[in-house]
Amino acid sequence: MVEATVQYRRKRLDRGIKARTDTIFVIASKRDTLYLLLPRVLPVIALLILPLVLKGYWGKVVVFACMYGLLALSWDFMACCGLFSLGQALFFGMGAYIAGTLNYYFHIPPIITVPVATLGSGLLCAALLGPVVRLKGVYFAMITLMLPLLLKKMIDTTGIFGGTHGLPSLSPFPSELVATYLAVVGFLACLFIFRRVINSDYGLVLRAIRDDDRAVMSGAINIYWRKIQAVFISGAVGGFAGALMTHHFQFLGMSTFALDYSILPVAAVALGGQGTFAGAAIGSLILVPLSESLRALGGLRMAIYCGILIVSIIGLPEGIFHYMARKYHQFEKVVEVK
Amino acid sequence: MSLLIYGLINSVILALYTVGFSLCYGISGIANFSHGALYILSGFTAWNLLNLAGLPFYLSAVLSVIITAILGFLFYWVLLLRVRGTPLAELIVTFAAGMGLLELLTWKGFYGMRYSLPLYMKGGIEIGPVAIDYQRLFVVGTGVALVVFLWFFVHHTRVGLAFRAMAQNERTALSVGIESDWIGSLSMALGAALAAIAAMVILPLGMMESSIGLEVLIYALAVAIVGGLESTLGMIVGSFIIGFGQIAAARYIGAKWMIIVPLAAIVLVLVIKPSGIFGKFKELEERV
Repeated sequence: MVEATVQYRRKRLDRGIKARTDTIFVIASKRDTLYLLLPRVLPVIALLILPLVLKGYWGKVVVFACMYGLLALSWDFMACCGLFSLGQALFFGMGAYIAGTLNYYFHIPPIITVPVATLGSGLLCAALLGPVVRLKGVYFAMITLMLPLLLKKMIDTTGIFGGTHGLPSLSPFPSELVATYLAVVGFLACLFIFRRVINSDYGLVLRAIRDDDRAVMSGAINIYWRKIQAVFISGAVGGFAGALMTHHFQFLGMSTFALDYSILPVAAVALGGQGTFAGAAIGSLILVPLSESLRALGGLRMAIYCGILIVSIIGLPEGIFHYMARKYHQFEKVVEVK
Repeated sequence: MSLLIYGLINSVILALYTVGFSLCYGISGIANFSHGALYILSGFTAWNLLNLAGLPFYLSAVLSVIITAILGFLFYWVLLLRVRGTPLAELIVTFAAGMGLLELLTWKGFYGMRYSLPLYMKGGIEIGPVAIDYQRLFVVGTGVALVVFLWFFVHHTRVGLAFRAMAQNERTALSVGIESDWIGSLSMALGAALAAIAAMVILPLGMMESSIGLEVLIYALAVAIVGGLESTLGMIVGSFIIGFGQIAAARYIGAKWMIIVPLAAIVLVLVIKPSGIFGKFKELEERV
C-alpha cells in the first residue's frame, strides 16, 4: 500500500463584498465601508499632511515625487489609448520653457504663466505629435524618444531661450508651502480625475482604441482625433508639472528635456502597474524618495532606475498595485489536496 | 564637389549606424534600443584591450567585435526571452538596458580627450580640390563591403535564408524546423556585431564619449523611420537623404542647423508616406 503524502495548496476566495463587477460593491456594515474607504482615503490624507511634517530637503522631495507622479500619470493616460511614449520629457520641457520664457522676457507672474504653460504645452504637444499619432507601438515610441533630444540639441546649438546657460532668477511662488500644496493637490486632482475619466464612456473609447483600433474605426469614431485629444490632455498635465518645477526652482535650463524625465515615469508605471493610474502614483511615490536617498551614488542613479525597470518588467509584470489589490480583495488559506 | 564627397561619407556613416538596428528589427522584430549603447561599449572594450591589456589594435578591434556579439547573444537569452512576444516590454527592456549601460560608462568616467582609438592609416589624398583622409575612405569602403556581404549572406547561406524565413513568416519558419529563439538570438548577435564594426571604423575619426551612444541611436532611428524599417534599400536611401541633407544644411544655412534635418525629414516622410519611403504594405498596417 502506497502511503499517500499529504499535499497542500493555497485556496483563494474573493471577499463577499464584490457584486458582479470590480467597481460595484455590496456594503453591509461599517467594517465593509472602512474596508473600501481606507485604502483610498489614507494615502490622500497622508499626502496632504506630509508637507506640513516634512521640512527642508525632504519637503522638496515631496514636490519632486508629485512632479514625477504627474508625469507618470500623463504617461499612463496616453498608454491607455495605445500610445506608448518614451519622451515624457517633451511635455515637461515644453511646459517649463513656456512658463520660463513668459516669466523671464515678459515678467508675467506665476499665477498666469502656470495655466498658460499648461494649456500651451498641451496644444503644442498635440500639434507636434499630431502627424505622428497614426503610428503605433514601437514607431510612436521611437518618435517620442527622439523629439525631446532633438529639441534639446536645437536649443543647445542655436542658443535660443538662454541656450546652454538657461534662464536664471525667475519669480518664485509666494512661499514654499504654496508650491508644495500646488504640486500635491494638482497630483491628487489629476489622479482622481483620470480615474473617473477612464471609467466613463470617453475613457471606454480610449481603452477600446488600445485594444482594437479597427473595431473602433468601424464604429465611425475618428480614432486619430481621440488620440490627439489624449495627447493634449497628457501634454497639459506634463506641462503643468514642468511649469511648476520651473517656478519652484526659479531656473529654466535644457535639463528639462533630459532623459531622466522620460525614463522615470516609465519606470514608475512599470513598477506600480499600468492602466489604473493608482499604480503610476504608487510607483512614483516609491521611486522618487528611493532615488533621493541614492543621491550619494551620483551618476549611478540612472543605471539603478534602469535596473529597477528591467527587474520589475521581468519579475512582476503586472506591477505592485495590481498585486496588492489582488491580495487585498482575496482571502487566502491553505487547504489539503484531496 | 566637396558637398558630394562629404555628403557621401556622412551618408555611409549613417548607414553604418543603422544597418545593425534595421537588420535585427527586420529579422526578429526586436527594436533594439540598446544599439547605441552596444556601439559605444565596443569602442571602450577596444580601448581597454588596446591600452590596458596591451594588445595590438587590429586584434583588439576584432576581439571587441566578437565580445559585443556575444553580449548581444546573451542579452537575448538572459533578458529578452522572458518578455518575448510583447513588443513594448521588449522595447522598454532594451531601452532600459541601453540607458543603464550608457550611464554606467559615464559613471566610470569614460569621456574626455584620453579616450580615442588610433587611425588605421594616416595621410590622405586629394580628389580635385577636396582633401580627404584615408580613414574616411576606409569607412566608405567598409560600408560598401558590409552591404555587399549582407546581401550575399541573407541570399546564399543557410543561416541567412533562415533569417529571411523568420522575417517573412515566423510560424511557417517554425514548421520547417527553424528555431525561433535561436534565430532571434543570432539576429541580436549579428546586430550587435554590426554596431561594433561600425564603431571600430568610425570611432577613430573622433573622441569617444558615452553620450555618442544616444546620438547613434537617434540617427539610426531617424534613418530607419525615413527609409522604412525592414527594407535594406530603404535604409540606404534614407541614410543618403539625411546624410546629404545635413551636409547641405551645414553648407548653405549653418552648421548648427544640421540637427533640424533628421527631424524635418521624419516629419515630411510621415506626412507624405507613413510607412517610410520603401516600406511595404504589410508594414503600413502595423504602423498606422
